[in-house]
Formats: sequence, C-alpha cells, structure tokens
Amino acid sequence: MPINYIYPKYDVVRDSTRCIKCGACMRQCANEVHSYDDELDVMKSDSMDCVDCQRCVSICPTRALKIIPAENRLRPNGSWSQDDIYEIYRQAEGGGVLLSSMGTPKNYPIYWDKMLINASQVTNPSIDPLREPMETRVFLGKKPGKLEFDRKGKITTKLGPHLELNVPIMFSAMSYGSISKNAHESLARAAEELGTYYNTGEGGLHKDFYKYGKNTIVQVASGRFGVHEEYLNAGSAIEIKMGQGAKPGIGGHLPGAKIREEVSRTRMIPMGADAISPAPHHDIYSIEDLRQLVFSLKEATNYTKPVIVKIAAVHNVAAIASGIARSGADIIAIDGFRGGTGAAPTRTRDNVGIPIELALASVDQRLRDEGIRNDVSIVVGGSIRNSADIVKAVALGADAVYIASAALMALGCHQCHSCHLGKCNWGIATQRPDLVKRLNPEVGYKRLVNLVNAWNYEIKEILGGMGINSIEALKGNRLMLRGVGLADKELEILGIKHAGE
Amino acid sequence: MIDATSLDLFELNRKIKSVKGRKIVINNVLGQRFIGSGVEDKKSIEIYGTPGNALGAYLNNCDITVYGNAQDAIGDTMNSGSITVYGNSGDATGYAMRGGLIMIKGSIGYRGGIHMKEYREHKPVITVGGCAGNFLGEYQAGGIILVLGIGSEDKVPIGHYCGTGMHGGVIYVRSRFRPKHFPPQVLVEECDEQDAKVIEKYVRLYAERFNADAERLINSEYYKLVPNAKNPYKQLYTNN
Repeated sequence: MPINYIYPKYDVVRDSTRCIKCGACMRQCANEVHSYDDELDVMKSDSMDCVDCQRCVSICPTRALKIIPAENRLRPNGSWSQDDIYEIYRQAEGGGVLLSSMGTPKNYPIYWDKMLINASQVTNPSIDPLREPMETRVFLGKKPGKLEFDRKGKITTKLGPHLELNVPIMFSAMSYGSISKNAHESLARAAEELGTYYNTGEGGLHKDFYKYGKNTIVQVASGRFGVHEEYLNAGSAIEIKMGQGAKPGIGGHLPGAKIREEVSRTRMIPMGADAISPAPHHDIYSIEDLRQLVFSLKEATNYTKPVIVKIAAVHNVAAIASGIARSGADIIAIDGFRGGTGAAPTRTRDNVGIPIELALASVDQRLRDEGIRNDVSIVVGGSIRNSADIVKAVALGADAVYIASAALMALGCHQCHSCHLGKCNWGIATQRPDLVKRLNPEVGYKRLVNLVNAWNYEIKEILGGMGINSIEALKGNRLMLRGVGLADKELEILGIKHAGE
Repeated sequence: MIDATSLDLFELNRKIKSVKGRKIVINNVLGQRFIGSGVEDKKSIEIYGTPGNALGAYLNNCDITVYGNAQDAIGDTMNSGSITVYGNSGDATGYAMRGGLIMIKGSIGYRGGIHMKEYREHKPVITVGGCAGNFLGEYQAGGIILVLGIGSEDKVPIGHYCGTGMHGGVIYVRSRFRPKHFPPQVLVEECDEQDAKVIEKYVRLYAERFNADAERLINSEYYKLVPNAKNPYKQLYTNN
C-alpha cells in the first residue's frame, strides 16, 4: 500500500527570539496548529492542518510568526503541478468529490485589468466631486418605455416596484449557515446605513433581522429553506436563485454539523439534518416555468416587490438573459465564474462558467438588440475587487454590482479558501459560538460602510474625470473604455475599441 | 362567491383578495394560476373547475378544496392549511411543502412531494388515492407521503426513481408487492405498529373525505421507504 503522505502546504515559522509564549496563537487557532510543550517550555506548531488564514500572525503581540509556502516540494514537473498530484492522492484516499471554497484561485484572464477608462482633457471639462453634485444613486427595476405627466407635471405612468440604491453596490447572497450571524448582522446594518441592500441567500431570515427588512433582499432557491409568506414580505425584493457563479449547474449542501439551533430555526429544518438544495428548481424546466415562479412570488407579495432572477454566467448567457427579461422578472443578476462560495466541488469552481466581463457585455448588447434592455436592470457580481471594476462594469452596461468576497474581506476574511471546513478563525464562515464572537458586528458594519463609502467616492472621482456627473450617464457608455492587449474577438464581444483607436 | 368565467389570473386573484369574508367559493375556474397565493385573511376557498398551476403556493392557514382536477405545482412551499382535490393533480404536487395536508382523491404526476421538509410542529402530509408518477419524494427531507394505489392493486403504485436524494421523512406505499429498484440512499422496510397508526390516521381522513372503504384500505399491506440513516452524502466529499 502506498504511503499517502501529503506534506503540509505551509510552514509556520516562529522567531523564538520574539516569542513570549503567551499562547495567543494556540487559543486562536481552530485548526489546532499551535501547542505548548510543558516540559521544554516552548511553543510548538504542526502545520499539517494550517490553512494560512493568518489569524495567528495577525494576533501575535510580538510579531513572532509568519506563514510561508512550504519549502518542501515534489520534484518539479511542467505537466503535473504539485496541486495536481496531491489532489490525486487525496481522491485516491478519500474517494470523494474534491471540495473547495471561495472563488477560483486559478490564473484565468481578468478582463477588468485589460480595460482602461477614459478621462476628459481640454474640450470636455472634468468635474470635481468635492465641488459639484455627483449622482451615484441607482434605481433597479423595470423602466417604462415612456413617461406621461398630468397638467401639474406629476407622473401619471404607473411605475412598477423599484429598489433605490444610494450607491451602485449591493451585498450579494450569502446564507445564514454558510456565514455566521454576526457576519449577517454586519451586512444588514451596513446596508441600512449605506442605503443599499444585503441578501439573505438561501438560508431564511433570522428573526432578529426582520427589522432590516427595508434593506433586505430575500432569496428563494431550489431548496426553499426558510421560505414562507412572512419571509417573502419581509424584504424589499425577492431573488430567485437559478445559479451561482462559483458553481453553475449544481446545487448546495449545508452539512448537518453546521445546522445548529439558530440556523435550524431560521431555515425551518431540524437540527443536524443535511440541508440539500437540489441543482435545478424542479418546477422550472423552461422560461415559461420561470415566469410561473416569478408571478407566484409577485402574487404572494401583491406585486409590491421587484423580483430578481440570479443566474451564473455560462456560455449561452445572452439568450438566457433574454428569456429572463421576458419572464416578468424586474432585475437580472449575473454571477461570474470567479465568484466565491461557502463550498463547491473544486472541479466545478475552477472549470465551469465564463468571466463576468464577457457575460455582461454580451447580455447588455443582446437586450439592446432586442429592444428589451429597459425591461430589466442588470446587476453583476463574481469578482468585483474595487471601484474601478465597478466603473468598468457600469460602462459595459451594468446598473449596479453585487459584492460578497470583498465584503467578507472587509470583515476580516483572509481568503484561506477553507469555508467548507466550518472552522473560520475570523468568525465569518463558521457556526461555532467561540469563533463567531470574534467578529464584532459593531466593528464589522462600520468597516463595510467605510469600504463602500470609499469606493463610492472613488467612483465619483473617476466619473468626474470623464466629465460625467451621474452614474446613469455612464451606463452602457462603452466609448469610455479601451482594451489593452486584447484580441479582436475579445474586443468585439466587449464592444470596445483598442487603446489608441 | 366569485364567478371566474372570462377572468384572467390577475383579475381573479385580485378579486379573491378584495372579497370580504373568510370563506370563498369560486365557480367556473379554468386554468387561472396562483389561486390562494398570498391570501392572508381567508379561511377556506372552494373551487369548482380546474385551477391552474401553483395553486396554494406559500399557503398559510387556509383550506382549499378543488371539485375537479388540479394542475402542476400545487402547494408549492406551502406552510400550513390544506388542499383537497376531488380528482387528479399534476407534476410537482407539494413541491418543498413544509406543513399542512394535501389530499388527492386520484393520482398525481411526476415529482410529487419533491423536497418536502418538516420542522418542529410543521409536518407536511400528502395522501394520494391512486398512483404517483416517477421521482416521487425526490430529495425528500421530511414529512409523510402516503400512496394508496386504489384501483391499481395489481402493481406497485409508484413510478421509477422514487426517493432519489431522499434524506428525511417517510413514504408509505399500499402494495401487495415489495417495491424494488431504489437508489442506495433509500431503504424499503416493513411497517411497524407506529407506522400502522400513522397510516390509519391519514387513511381515515382520506376515506371520510372521499367516501372510501377505510377498513379495506387499513387492512392492506404497506411498505415504508425511508432514507438510509448513515448520512450518505457526507461520503461524497474529499476536502481540498
């Protein structure tokens, strides 16, 4: 029998001249990497279960620790990377589907970084957002083809339900269960303060958070967890989750171990029972069926709330989006393949779906070509890293963006890609009470507010630089983008010119 | 009393919601969808005709009776109350229902009781007088499905792929033959006394409502389908 030894991925390096043996690292590590040896009076570490979450490094009062990639390596091989080989060892031993978390770490092209933004020079003056009003407010929902007014100038056209966002940024769906209650509270309070929305994901809405309903989007997915009349009416919009960028085409599985009392109550399922979200909605086999779910939700909420349909960016995304726009949905959310997840099969996460930049460009173009762009708003997510990505997304045709990975990073996430283990040392992707309490929602929500406000200011500055004073005026304005180092086909899909043209 | 003749679904549902009174009778229903969805203050709805898809979606505390057949996805994500159908019902009957009782006099289509779940006092029940189509109780996570197979005594009254992905709840099947060909996550067992009590309770409700011979139904052979308790899904994964 082969020895199935997988060398740790990381080395824990401790500077003994700095270590004061306070034991903080030991107490903080849920993976039990650090220990204290009584006899020798030294702190020890075994990096076998280290996930490089940087918690011990961050907490060490004397900066005695660092985590570095393990120096030991398999014999270098151009065809077989160490990860490839270790994954084979793991599967040969475990016999299961490889499970990972967060967005793909693979080096796929990031088109955001291959697009550059325009600015005004000489002819069209730029605008200073500190001096002049600058609008980043966004309304999401169906826009009427034309407006009619009465004699007093009041709008008489009947407008459908809308979401009003003070910033073009929302927090995308993360369920209570996949993330902690404190993480949810941080998102909810930040959304309230910012005048935007957070999304419950498919985990129901905790009783304590109904008060944030005005700033909540409630999700309905294939498992229908925690979905009931009161829940549907609690939020400002309802999102039907058809797919997720990190794992297009497959469902979800919250292991029974993560379903403790409060999660159980919120999802309305027994404690300790697996929560399985099937891959498809079993009542949706066509756009007509989707229309049925859209309208059953509208009927249940008396047509007072916009309905969002969220899909993963996949090959035929433009045709699918066209169908969704005709299904009665008010908003389409598209999630790119670099989006994060609390758990997904590694192979799906790393190989299925397409980049959001290309998906967005082709959807916006298709809806314009068909004359139905104003029937829906487009929200994109799945790899929005900063304010420049948002400006580029809007110029490609998005109404607003969803952020989640970035929001978690604001809460302390260090991208260790181990959410599925349920032992998040930062108190985010865990249900263990001792870990959850490490995330203080009072601090967390302020950090989220800081981040979004900073991004919003940056967006205003870039808009001003282009001589534009409203984000609406940038929407779909692809002349404001130029490609660098892109092939003709890529430029054609993105609908932009090359730099210098 | 509402006459649904030539009303589209929007008009009909608006009318249902605006009518005062907790008891409604609707005549001449012809395929209008979403009846009973979002009706908070209604106690009972009687329907004559054929209601459309998603009848009683997200239903709460309301009793719906259909004198006729029902179409697809009745009782979708239903929370409590009941739906009684004096006829057959279509696919995805009781999809993801969490509570309440669905009684179908005749048969149901594919994917009945799919992803049904239970929670504390909520325990959904679907009673089917006739047969159930393929994929019955797929992804079932809780609740009770009872298939009586009346008029189909010469065969097992459930279709193929029954209980695929099942991880909770129970399916009772009245059959002289032992049901076969299940995925590894499903176990076929004989019923014990406890099961017999549950079966009797729901058979009596059925017989009373649809005027069937309760004793004959109770004194029949039943099989029970339950998930294989050893948490079979966990073994699917290898941490990476």
